[in-house]
Amino acid sequence: MITELISKQLKAIVGDKYFRTDQEALIAHSYDGTPMLQALPDGVIYPETTEQVSEIMKIASANRIPIVTRGSGSNLCGGTTPLSGGIVMVMHRMNKIIEVDMENLTATVQPGVITQHFSSHIEELGLFYPPDPSSMKISTIGGNIAECSGGLRGLKYGTTKDYVLGLTAVLANGSVIHTGGKLTKDVAGYDLTKLLVGSEGTLAVITEAILKLIPPPKTKKTMIAMYKDIYGAARTVSKIIKQQIIPATLEILDNPTIRVVDDFAKIGLPLDMAAILIIEQDGEPEMVERDIEKIYSICREEQADRLEIAKTREEAEKLLTARRSAFTALARLRPTTILEDATVPRSKIADMVLKTNAIAQKYNVNIATFGHAGDGNLHPTATTDARDKDEVHRVEEAFAEIFEAAIELGGTITGEHGVGVVKAPYLEWKVGEAGIEVMKGIKTAFDPLNLLNPDKMFAKQAKKRVVIQRG
Amino acid sequence: MASTFGKPNIEHSNPLARTLLEKLDYDQLTNCMRCGFCLPACPTFNETGMEPASPRGRIAMMKAAVDGLMEPDEQFKDQMNLCLGCRACEPACPADVKYGQLIEQTKEALEEHAQHSAPVKIMRKTLFKGVFPKRGSMKLLGGSLAFYQKSGLQKVARGTGIMKLFPKHLAEMEQILPEASSKGVVERMGTFYAAKGKKVGTVAMFRGCIMDVMFADTNVNTVELLSAAGFDVHIPDAQVCCGALYAHSGEMEDARALAKTNIDVFKELGVDYIVSNAGGCGALLIEYDHLLAQDEQYREDGKWFAERVIDISTLLVEKGNPLEFADRSSQTEHVKVTYQDSCHLRNVMKGSSAPRTLMKNVANTEYIEMVESDRCCGSAGTYNVVQPEMAGSILEHKMVHADRTEASYMLTSNPGCLLQMKLGIEKHKPQQPMQAMHIVDFLHERMLCSK
Repeated sequence: MITELISKQLKAIVGDKYFRTDQEALIAHSYDGTPMLQALPDGVIYPETTEQVSEIMKIASANRIPIVTRGSGSNLCGGTTPLSGGIVMVMHRMNKIIEVDMENLTATVQPGVITQHFSSHIEELGLFYPPDPSSMKISTIGGNIAECSGGLRGLKYGTTKDYVLGLTAVLANGSVIHTGGKLTKDVAGYDLTKLLVGSEGTLAVITEAILKLIPPPKTKKTMIAMYKDIYGAARTVSKIIKQQIIPATLEILDNPTIRVVDDFAKIGLPLDMAAILIIEQDGEPEMVERDIEKIYSICREEQADRLEIAKTREEAEKLLTARRSAFTALARLRPTTILEDATVPRSKIADMVLKTNAIAQKYNVNIATFGHAGDGNLHPTATTDARDKDEVHRVEEAFAEIFEAAIELGGTITGEHGVGVVKAPYLEWKVGEAGIEVMKGIKTAFDPLNLLNPDKMFAKQAKKRVVIQRG
Repeated sequence: MASTFGKPNIEHSNPLARTLLEKLDYDQLTNCMRCGFCLPACPTFNETGMEPASPRGRIAMMKAAVDGLMEPDEQFKDQMNLCLGCRACEPACPADVKYGQLIEQTKEALEEHAQHSAPVKIMRKTLFKGVFPKRGSMKLLGGSLAFYQKSGLQKVARGTGIMKLFPKHLAEMEQILPEASSKGVVERMGTFYAAKGKKVGTVAMFRGCIMDVMFADTNVNTVELLSAAGFDVHIPDAQVCCGALYAHSGEMEDARALAKTNIDVFKELGVDYIVSNAGGCGALLIEYDHLLAQDEQYREDGKWFAERVIDISTLLVEKGNPLEFADRSSQTEHVKVTYQDSCHLRNVMKGSSAPRTLMKNVANTEYIEMVESDRCCGSAGTYNVVQPEMAGSILEHKMVHADRTEASYMLTSNPGCLLQMKLGIEKHKPQQPMQAMHIVDFLHERMLCSK
């Protein structure tokens, strides 16, 4: 409950305009990008500085008020839905790029910076920040750090965690910590930077980040390979990696995805193909040429039906845009789209695609698959209707089996979207009972009163494992 | 995506909530999956940084009101009215949510329960029932405005400071009003104008209320451009207001009645295209099929009409005989030209590329793309009159980008945008002298073929 007094104290910190308890503010912060999830907060606050965040946390701690930190609310795991009420802390006002250090090749930013703005700004300066989640037009750097977002370039360049060098964060009790720095090497104590990346707002409120920048690749070349047999595409992926070629992007779209993406982006994709691979290599010109040539012949060996190398940058960008809009374009099929990110070692891609298809058939649900095939991170996406309770139940059962299958193959329940509330019941399947205990210990050390994004990461009860039929 | 689930079965005690439940397309509300991709496209979200002022936020509130999660209160109404209706969120929406229809349905519900103050009631009644639907009144308005401007009354009004009695933003707007005329395009050219050169088709021109009173010259130039490009042009005198101002203000029944009159008038001519030179009108004309989807008698005719609606620039680029344009000023350097999109031309009529193609084809000029040229200028129908604060702040940001282009000409494709750009130039004085113009007038002045 937020009393008059608390409300007054919070307004004194951020200004009257920036602490709201009115109906419209509560409704507009009761959801994120996750389907079928809504819960009203008790208030919404918009801080502007680390000091304000610290003062807010002191009041929240004193009054035991849950705090859910939020950027643009585009996550897919229920990470920013305030399930226990409390206050949603929106980071939009903290949206400055504080510094780009050309000598150390780092950038210091506030968490509310939009990823795309940051990326373009860095590119204008002749540098490169690789993480590129599909939602980068609206996602914030803070949200990317909290969820450890990946993207299309994960295979070659890694994900957000590989680019965070240091953080300023506010603990639940209001104290401020600084981790890491403009340093490549730093082994002073536990690596709190890495621990906070991907902690989903459950450990601390991130208020500033030092990010690593790299020199941009000199050239890029993009190609597509189209297959009438999806397994040929999946085998191609494994074979490329086996021959020790690491493309910058190696994406797969299956037929249902191809159809909706083309309807959305109107770029003339062939609708009769079972799968398309979108492959991009970047780097020194000679290396790019050589790699693309090798990949071309691998595609041939695996019976690719059509092969095209993009002639211009515009053509290439079109193909990449197509891939980026895959998730949302799928939403045109049915009202509700449930997208997961089960991930397997890349050598197991073909098996995982096969199993996903079989599981979809078993539960009689529509699942389209696309994703970052090169790093084993697939996005099996179910299209359904939230109002059809029976079908939604079957979709949930199917996903439970998909998670199980991924773990069987040495993979994980989530590669880049985070656990949030949606995958909390499955976390124990991946990390085990002892793993959960260690994680809970860490949570208690940071946030003893359980105020920061409660109900996330740890389920009240783990889901019973389904038994996989072998053979 | 027809649904078998229908609307929630809720007995609302709040009368507005009841009407919202009745009017709103519940499937569209459900189709919004809250991905947030619309947020960067939304001018009011960008100005405020507040989720409720975004399309995703507004849809969530509409749904919450229908679901009984929130009472549609004053704040709800204000937030819906703060929406510019620019529909930039629609092309950004991967799930193809028809936001324009949702906001229109919401405004229709609001209007049913509206308690306008006495002066607003009189203004709405005069404009909506008296002026716009009647050609005679429009002309009279044009005539009075012309009299006001030419008789010296305007000078007197400005000189005595009587304009200071009006709210500041209205006084500012009065300053930039162009010379009105009681003589519209039909009075000057008749109802038919033949093609020059090889004939490629027959079109009918939609003249628009504001266009024909305030920018009658532009309408005349439009007809001459069409003729030069090989079109026979009909200008039916019986045509009426497109209904856009009605639809955006929630007066849907009036909008439908006007649509039917226009359909009857244009159908009789059996033309290849119905040409608009105002994005705001064109966007409603092109949606007559949706507007009359529930009307047994006019459903098919609505489709016939909507399929033929096209913007002047798109028609010239895609169907007309090629025209040549050149700037003939004696400057040694190329004249710089920039462009402000009409939101409705861009987002609803999907006509953003043709104007740019035309401008790039004018010899001795250089086209400069303005940053955020695709973002609403804040004019948005009557928005700048009823929401002066937000409109002013949007315009201020717009003029910063305009200034950076260093262009001598700011072109637009809609009278509202044109007036707003004139206002912006007057108020914010770009470093380089800049003139706002309709693209048709700019091209007409630079056309090289024989007239």
